[in-house]
Formats: sequence, structure tokens, C-alpha cells
Amino acid sequence: MDRNTALFEYCVRLGDTSLILGQRLSEWCGHGPILEEDIAISNIALDYIGQSRIIYSYAGQIEGKGRSEDDLAYLRDARQFRNLLITEQPNGDFACTMARQYLMSVYLFHLYSSLTSSSDESIRAFAQKSIKEVAYHLRHSADWMLRLGDGTEESHQRLQDAVNKLWYFVDDLFDADEVDADLLSVGIAADMTKIRASWEQDVKALFAEATIQIPSVNNFTRVGSRKGNHTEHLGYILAEMQFLPRAYPGAKW
Amino acid sequence: MSTTRSIAEITKILEEVTDPEVPVLTIADLGILRSVEEKDGLLEITITPTFTGCPAMRVIEEDINQVLNSKGITNFKVRTVIAPAWTTDWMTEEGKRKLREYGIAPPSMSTEEHLKSLLSGKRKPTVCPFCGSNQTHLTSAFGSTACKALHYCDACQQPFEEFKCH
Repeated sequence: MDRNTALFEYCVRLGDTSLILGQRLSEWCGHGPILEEDIAISNIALDYIGQSRIIYSYAGQIEGKGRSEDDLAYLRDARQFRNLLITEQPNGDFACTMARQYLMSVYLFHLYSSLTSSSDESIRAFAQKSIKEVAYHLRHSADWMLRLGDGTEESHQRLQDAVNKLWYFVDDLFDADEVDADLLSVGIAADMTKIRASWEQDVKALFAEATIQIPSVNNFTRVGSRKGNHTEHLGYILAEMQFLPRAYPGAKW
Repeated sequence: MSTTRSIAEITKILEEVTDPEVPVLTIADLGILRSVEEKDGLLEITITPTFTGCPAMRVIEEDINQVLNSKGITNFKVRTVIAPAWTTDWMTEEGKRKLREYGIAPPSMSTEEHLKSLLSGKRKPTVCPFCGSNQTHLTSAFGSTACKALHYCDACQQPFEEFKCH
């Protein structure tokens, strides 16, 4: 794989993770448990979609085949998507959405922190812009982890159940491959071993405060997002998200 | 250039373009308008988004097109950049005053102080734009637009918005 192909792949992974998480979260719009949370989740979804637009535009430039951000978002099938498996999982209840938000926010915070010193100018700019938004998302979800985890018996149990379910997808977050290795060697990509160490440190500290147990599911975890091996849920998201531009090719709105 | 107007005059025209979501502020007050330059006979206007997903950006670009076209200026392009990343540190003092008078609390911290406060979870109360009290609390860090947070004033018992530190 040449450097350019690796860079395109890296950008698509970042963009797909943001887009699918944003699309998933937007399902909460109009269904939040309270008005403020409905607005908060919709705002966060919008941030992710904005971030994916920036990195898709750059990916299109790298590829040099004239694909736009919309082409990348709407005209690829599930096997070509590289979003992390956790992002395509159903929202579940509010505790499940907040648990995923927390795990992802810590992850993106450390990933983008590292990418703010990437040797690639565009990735650096993307990270410097996005991390400011991710810091807000992290504060928001961390507050909810504490409220739910250290809250009532029911909120605690729901959050613990959510964490247990999501934990199967934790290894997938850090499943670095030859793309990461190649780009890391020239200072473009983040070192996922370091990101994992920082992530685990933060998550353990917060879980202790929120009285949540770290699950042990080491024998059965799912990876594969970097090769386009998804869970069954992604196809349904794409069917909804891509319907309009697929049914009406060239439609503008 | 197809116009005889100077860069300074064109900048002045552009400084009148307002934010569609916060119409009391101009794109210059907000720091969205980054530069106006002439490059190879073409006028290049550079703008930057507040938040990555801000839907106002397209409207702002259209407003720029419209105001320049109405003055007979057509030989230009609008360029959107994301670096350096926009910060509320760029908001002018005049902008902050206008916001307060409009009923929105201006950003109260520098970007650096704000990031520390976000990560630690400790924050100073935001001063109420209506009564000036600091007996206020944050109801939600996310508001009616990407750039605003929701607060409540315990002194005058009014909900109010804050232009988020960023």
C-alpha cells in the first residue's frame, strides 16, 4: 500500500467514525428524556457530522478521483465503511447512549490530542478544530456517567448493563493495522498503544468514581472495522441515511 | 479587478454582514471574517467556521455573495479555512458589549481557562446579562445553536443564553 492510499484510508476511518456516530445520535432528536438533553445530543450529533465533512473533503483531495464529501458519505456500501463498530450499535436507553458517548469522547479526546501534532498539515488542522468540540462532549458524558452510575439503584444497573454490552467493542477502538503503522512511522498517525494507555487510565478513574465495574469479556470481543467487517446494524443505518441521494441521483438540497 | 474599490472599502462592506443566528453581531465582531486579499486580480475572502457543523456558514457565504454583487463586485471567491481554529478569544470587545445588550452573556473566559475548567468540571458562574448577578447556574452546555449554552439566573429568575467559550 502506498503512502497516499494509506492516508486516504486513515482519513476515511476518521470520517466514517464521526459520521456514523453523528447519524446514530441524531435518532435522539425529538426523543430526548428532557428538552435540554434532546438539544445537547442533537448539538453533539451536528458536531460529529461537521467534523466528518472536513476530513471527507480532505480524503477526496488525497484520493484525487474527484469524489466529494457527499460521494463518500452517500455512495459507498457497508463493506467500504470504516467506522468503529461501537458507533453503529443501536442507541439503547439513555444510559447506553451516554456510556458510548463517554467511551468515545475519551477516545476521540486522546486521539485528536495526539493528532494536533501530526506531521500532516490538514490532519493537524482537523484535530485542532475538532478537539475543542470533543472536550465539551467529554464533560457532558462524564457528568452523566457520574450521575447515573452513582445515582439510583436502577440508573446504576442500567449504566452497568450498558457498559457490559459495549465492552465487546473496546478492542476494536485500538486495533491498529499496517495503515496506522505506516503513517505512524512518518509522524502522521497517532500511536494507538499510547492512546489505549491514556484511555484506560481515564476510564478506570471515572468508573471508580461512578461505582461502575470494568467488565471482563476478554475471551470474546469483536474487531474488524478497519477492514469493513461490520455488525448487522450498519446496513440499516446506511439504508436510511443514503436513501435520498440513492433514490434521486444528483439531487441537490 | 473589475472594481475600482480598494481592499479597505470592500472590507468595510463585508464588516456589515451579520451572523444569521445572532444578528446583533457582524462576522467581523465574531472573528469569522479572517481576511480580504487580492490574488492575481481576484479578490479572495477568507472565512472560518465557529463550530465544524455550524449551519450558518453557508448562509454567511451567500450573504457575502449577495452584498458584494449588489455593489457590482463580482470578481471574487469565498474561501473557508479551519486553521487556525476559531476561538472566542477573537471576538471583539465591541462584539461582547453588543451581545450583552442583546441579552446573551458573552464568553467570560479565555480559551485556555475554559479548557481547564471543562476538563476539571469546575467553573465560575456566568454573569447574568440582565441583572449583572453572578448567582447563576448552568442548565446545559448545549443550546439553541452550536455556539450557545443555557443558564439560569437565581437572582432575577430569568433563563439566559451564553455565547460559549471555545
